Amino acid sequence: MTSIAEQFGRDDWVRFTPKQKFTRWAILLGCGLAIAWALTSIEVVWAWVWGAPEQISDLFGRMYPPDPSNLGTILRVLWDTVNIATFATAFAVLFSLPVAYIAAQNTTPNQVTLWLGRLILVTSRSVNTIIWALLFVAIFGPGVVAGIVAIMFRSIGFIGKLLGEAIEEIDTRPVEALEATGASRFKVIVYAIVPQVMPTFWAVAILRWDINLRESTVLGLVGAGGIGIILQGAIDTFNWPEVATILIAIIVLVIIGEVISAFLRRRIL
Amino acid sequence: MSAARDTWSKPPFIANPVLRWTVYLGAIAYFGWVGLTMPIDWNRVAEGIVRAGRIFGGAFPPSFERSQLLMDGFLESLKISVLATAGGVLLSIPIAFMSARNVAPLPIFYLGRAIIIIARSFHPVIVAILFVKAVGFGPFAGVLTLIVYSIGFVAKMLAERIEEIDFGQVEAMRAAGAPYLSTLVYAIFPQIMPRQIGLTIYQLDSNLRASAVVGIVGAGGIGATLANAFGRYDYDFALAITIVIVGAILLSEAVSGAIRKRIQ
Amino acid sequence: MLKITDLVKRYGSGDPVLKNLDLTIEGESVVSIIGSSGAGKSTLLRCINRLVEPTSGSINLNGTELTSLRGKNLRAARRKIGMVFQSFNLVDRLTVMENVQSGRLGYISTWAAVTRRYPKKDIRRAFELMERVGIAHYANTRADQLSGGERQRVGVVRALMQDPDILLADEPTASLDPKTSEQIMGLLRDLAGELKLPVVINIHNVTEAKEYTDRIVGMRYGRIIFDDKPAQLDQAAMDEIYAGSPHADRTDDMAAAS
Repeated sequence: MTSIAEQFGRDDWVRFTPKQKFTRWAILLGCGLAIAWALTSIEVVWAWVWGAPEQISDLFGRMYPPDPSNLGTILRVLWDTVNIATFATAFAVLFSLPVAYIAAQNTTPNQVTLWLGRLILVTSRSVNTIIWALLFVAIFGPGVVAGIVAIMFRSIGFIGKLLGEAIEEIDTRPVEALEATGASRFKVIVYAIVPQVMPTFWAVAILRWDINLRESTVLGLVGAGGIGIILQGAIDTFNWPEVATILIAIIVLVIIGEVISAFLRRRIL
Repeated sequence: MSAARDTWSKPPFIANPVLRWTVYLGAIAYFGWVGLTMPIDWNRVAEGIVRAGRIFGGAFPPSFERSQLLMDGFLESLKISVLATAGGVLLSIPIAFMSARNVAPLPIFYLGRAIIIIARSFHPVIVAILFVKAVGFGPFAGVLTLIVYSIGFVAKMLAERIEEIDFGQVEAMRAAGAPYLSTLVYAIFPQIMPRQIGLTIYQLDSNLRASAVVGIVGAGGIGATLANAFGRYDYDFALAITIVIVGAILLSEAVSGAIRKRIQ
Repeated sequence: MLKITDLVKRYGSGDPVLKNLDLTIEGESVVSIIGSSGAGKSTLLRCINRLVEPTSGSINLNGTELTSLRGKNLRAARRKIGMVFQSFNLVDRLTVMENVQSGRLGYISTWAAVTRRYPKKDIRRAFELMERVGIAHYANTRADQLSGGERQRVGVVRALMQDPDILLADEPTASLDPKTSEQIMGLLRDLAGELKLPVVINIHNVTEAKEYTDRIVGMRYGRIIFDDKPAQLDQAAMDEIYAGSPHADRTDDMAAAS
């Protein structure tokens, strides 16, 4: 490298070495190319794009003022939405326990169960709730059952993964101590593993309930019950003032859900 | 020691007995009552077993015959996510500054927070439906949807980072007489850049996931292809699409995880 | 009576940690095992209740050969071997009573364990023992609320609840301050006398070993090189136990072998 005198004698200074500079420019160029590729090849009617701000403000204009005449029905269906989220979360929690148990490296009985557990988690997590809902509407017909099952299928992966990680991170010393007392495997799980993962268990269940509340608002759009059904109905009949009421109701629901889950988290943990 | 007790019970989780029984009975009543009164057509549900058999029978083996259609749908999803990420992240920066309590004046702070809350409250599918009605079917509605979706997450996280920044550096810049923009570039951007890059990569990944579903309501991409296949009972093609979606999501999750690990 | 014959433990393909070790513990004596880190003290103790699998040799407790036990029989044998740990190894989020009762897990039914309906005599025994060590008033307290000394008392009571034939203590005082540490050592000695229970204690603190135990076993790199009354442990013996390094020891072995 250069001597100190040389370095201080210099009258120019650059932030990065040429190689660093090259990498940074290459990354920037890559991003730019990706955006350019997307922009030029996407099938969009550009006239619509330029008209979009006008169209959107026109849409919002037609929503005002919100029409609360159907509020009774909206609230009742909103309640169904809450029930879908709550029941689905409760079932998902129950079903995710054995999955987490076999998907955690330190508790799984053998390699086959480990991979089975991981396969269940990946499948469940990678398929979006809406896609699950499409499938279950086809199976069970439109209605809340399809919604509950769809949310449940998506939640098992989420809860199971986080719970499995919590099981893998437990303190193994109490486990060793209880094994030394001659306790059976099941009792060791109940006394040494379950108490350690309980906080994570509650935290994850509450978090997922909060997420599920949001997810259950859209199930109706594919026919799987909840507020989405009347939202779809109002949109299809161009009843924009009612759409506005429904949207406001959803916001309020989501905010209340966040408040409740924050409260539960504080109380339980 | 002769007086040693021979009974013990675990202290209850909720100490107050009235509250405890209220909570227990309330939970039982809720699940019992709601469970029984849910609008469920059990006959229709019972048919599900047969239908499930038919659907899975029709789905295997997955059909990749129309792989051209599949590829087009997937590329469109990719384009939607790239554009939405670029647009969403760019818009997120000013909104994040608006919603950071330590840099924004109060009225602007409330405005910024309101934008974030609205963007976060609505599931992308609802946003997508509205945009489809406003600007028509196709990928453009998808891009707009995912821009909103990106703002909800990126702006929120970025605002939290801005609220945590070390203000000493800003003071040092101001003390040196630097104008507003230079202060921004020299004292604030370097502190939020690593988080910003991480968030961008994460968001590209989540946008790709979300782009698969906004298409179901008409906002373009592979979701539209999937919804069509489902609508026409082409379950073997639907399975092929799902496999591609899952594969793409796993791949993008792995790539984005690896990049974020390298940056940090 | 615990009789260990020709015990070898080797991790992987490396040098053995225990080298053809013989040790007999009879009656109700308190035995301490001293030696520098890596001497194999902890491995020796864990081989006895099979938390560590011995490579070869025999461990016999009151007529039962421990090394060949499997499954149910191993668990039944472990019930009769109490163990106290350096870091207490309590379940932090359970109450003291649940931790204490977990020593009975090998005896009670699964239903009783899950519902926490412990047999009356177990509860009485737990209160007696907790009273004895001074933690009875903590029965409903969560274990993580207790101080180190109190936690180790819970650990000791848990081991005693097993109604063991022998008590193993792996560095029971290494995580405690000097005063608490002496209290725990005194407690172990007194309980051994009261319950007619042989106790084997791994310990770093030679002063405590001399003061609280009846017999001292000195280990160096997998071998017992001292085994006598505390009074016989002189400076020369101490130097020998704590001298050298594993490497030097190995070189000696090779020299002896050639």
